[in-house]
Amino acid sequence: MPIGFLLAIMFKTKAIIRLTSLSAAISWVILVFADITVLFSDMKALPPDVPVWLPRVMLDLYVVSLFYYYKFRIERDEGLNFTDLLWKVFATGLIATVISLAVRLVLFLLGSTKLSTNVLFIDFVYQINLALFINFLLAAFTCWKRLILYQKSKWLIRAWLVFEFLLLGILLYDSIHVALSEAISTIAIVLTSLLGLVLSANMRWVAYLNFKQKWTSLLLLLLSIFYLVYFLYSVTIWSDQITQQSGAFVSFQSHVFNIALLAFVLTYMSFSFLVVLFNLPTSSVFEQKLEEVVNFQRISQSIQTEQSEESVYNILLESSVSSVFADAAWLEIKGAANEQRLFTYQITEKETKEIHTHLEKHKIKGALDQSSDKTKNLSKHLSSLKSTRFRSLLAFPIKVKDETIGTLALLKELPEGFNKEMTRIVSAFANQAGISIENFRLMEEAFQNARYKEELKIAKTVQQSLLPTRLEQHADFEISAFSASADEVGGDYYDTLRISDHEIALIIADVSGKGTTAAFHMSQMKGIFHSLAQLGPNPRDFMAKANKALVFCLERGSFISATYFVINTESKKVFYSRAGHCPVLLYKSSKQKAEFLKDKGTALGMVRSQDYRNFVEDNEFAYEAGDVMILYTDGITEAKNNKGEEFGNERLAEVLQNNAEKSSKEIEESVISTLYKFSGSEDINDDYTSMTVKFR
Amino acid sequence: MVHIKRLQEVGADIIAVVGEIDASSSIELDLAIAKSVGEGYKKILVDCQALEYISSAGLGVFMSYIEELRDKNISFVLFGMKERVLNTFSILGLADLLNIRENKQEAKKLADELSV
Repeated sequence: MPIGFLLAIMFKTKAIIRLTSLSAAISWVILVFADITVLFSDMKALPPDVPVWLPRVMLDLYVVSLFYYYKFRIERDEGLNFTDLLWKVFATGLIATVISLAVRLVLFLLGSTKLSTNVLFIDFVYQINLALFINFLLAAFTCWKRLILYQKSKWLIRAWLVFEFLLLGILLYDSIHVALSEAISTIAIVLTSLLGLVLSANMRWVAYLNFKQKWTSLLLLLLSIFYLVYFLYSVTIWSDQITQQSGAFVSFQSHVFNIALLAFVLTYMSFSFLVVLFNLPTSSVFEQKLEEVVNFQRISQSIQTEQSEESVYNILLESSVSSVFADAAWLEIKGAANEQRLFTYQITEKETKEIHTHLEKHKIKGALDQSSDKTKNLSKHLSSLKSTRFRSLLAFPIKVKDETIGTLALLKELPEGFNKEMTRIVSAFANQAGISIENFRLMEEAFQNARYKEELKIAKTVQQSLLPTRLEQHADFEISAFSASADEVGGDYYDTLRISDHEIALIIADVSGKGTTAAFHMSQMKGIFHSLAQLGPNPRDFMAKANKALVFCLERGSFISATYFVINTESKKVFYSRAGHCPVLLYKSSKQKAEFLKDKGTALGMVRSQDYRNFVEDNEFAYEAGDVMILYTDGITEAKNNKGEEFGNERLAEVLQNNAEKSSKEIEESVISTLYKFSGSEDINDDYTSMTVKFR
Repeated sequence: MVHIKRLQEVGADIIAVVGEIDASSSIELDLAIAKSVGEGYKKILVDCQALEYISSAGLGVFMSYIEELRDKNISFVLFGMKERVLNTFSILGLADLLNIRENKQEAKKLADELSV
């Protein structure tokens, strides 16, 4: 209402309520005086001191004031629920009736004195009653408006607006008495009545009352109807009395507005009463549905609020039992770690086992076993089990990612205790629980992954810190090394150590496996290298001792491939032993050819016995200036291009042969650039490690 | 990805490995061998004819059984390896620790000899 809205801006609601009540009171007082004056003048056959229309206008003013009064008192009050609204109507009616009865009592006490038979006094009493009546009607009207417009649509609001304007029109017509053709007034009346009837059909609020509220509403409505009838009766009696004595009296019935208002309020009141009455038996169904929705929400929210799968299972069990009034239930679940768990309600584990074995014995397939993916009503199979008190059984699968992880079984002592609706709601519960559990497991997985990633980060830092920051150099050779690791931490290791003036030890190793364990084994390898190499053993002894040290550190299935070198600059020879590592690539400048050295050797950690020494060899070769030796890990030779081909030994040898004249750094760079060009991307899926030694 | 099939032939359990064995699929290989050993077979043959690639983790699986097989007196023979796969075995020195034969007949013959 734009006027109401404007007013609300100008005044506070409280001020408006006061203003409208004041205006109603003033207009009523004027109405009473004017009406009495008109009556008095009429009786004395004198021209009245006040205009004849004044009482009518004052009545209109009274009505409009009260309309706005209730608009702000009731319509804008968001805190009122349905029974509160009915209570308001009832309370207004009660107060009005009490006042009216009090007036009657006064009249009764006065007896048939002169005053009590005076038409002016009767008019006064009549005006009091009429005011109370209209007050009651308008209070009811406003409450009905809220009830009708509950869950409103655009059309409903428009219809109501038209209805209100029609009533206003009638009110104005009453007081102005414009002569309208009968057709128009008939149309207006028919239209108003029709609209009133259509609006009265809006009873959606009734559905939201629970059983107790419905009883309360019935009582309140019944009493309100009683008040209405009482007022109608008393107002009619008095107006009849006055009409008999005075012709100037405008009776209540001649006010079309009053009649229309009364008719509407009474219609809706009776409709409501009947609808509530007839809805009484179904209220438990509605409450049931509401509870199901709440249970549903509990299952889906259990993920956020509670931190365990167990709570999801318990809620599922509880909700299902309460939704279908089951006498007992159990829930079998295969947990995240594949363990079997059983949750029961009003049934012992022994009983569930009995039913289980009974069903198994009768070869009822796909029932309670967890491969079943269909809801089954197994009641008929229970009848042959005499030892159980249950006569109905319903089984539901609980699925996570299309895999059945459990079964929910509901039991009843009654035969054929489950209907289709029950099956549907419980299977919705089971589905929701499945989703919740899936979410829960995904979340758990995400946590694990985050933890694993964090671990990997640490492992990577460890791995990086294990690689040397500088390499031993000598007048006889230069060394360059390169290492790049994939996101997953590998265990590539290289290092150098000076044994004496003319002896330098080199190692390249690859730890099997990935992640933290690889980094851990790598650090063990580093420890072994640094402690053993400085003792200057020959390479085969180095391997034998390293194996002995490692055998008890490495877990089952892991091993380390390594090649250990000692470069002797005095004898210009390289002594080495290969333990399962990639063969050495050597470029001989004299032959101008790169070749892989052929020798034998088993990786460290593979042979646990003392005879490991027999599985490795001592090898040596002499070097000359210009010779190049490339040590690498299998990440390089096994690097694949987009066709799935491996980089392989040949390509590596070719790169070396073509670049052998360059410095160790340049050779290394060409190896790497060729490798990246071959694999077609900078993303590597393994560790690339190489050590290039150029003799001079 | 790897696909592992097991079938029995005159007292020998043949484990056929199809595809690639990397860190994650090596678990399946481990399971297959463990099952075969657990079921008490005295002759286990591994058919590697369709094995395309094996990573160090896969080799680790074979390696981890060497002692157990020796202790339980189980003859364990691999056969039909592609050259590339065989190369991986020999670089690591596993070729010396395991019995590897070119084809099924030879593998069977060796298994029979070993189990005597």
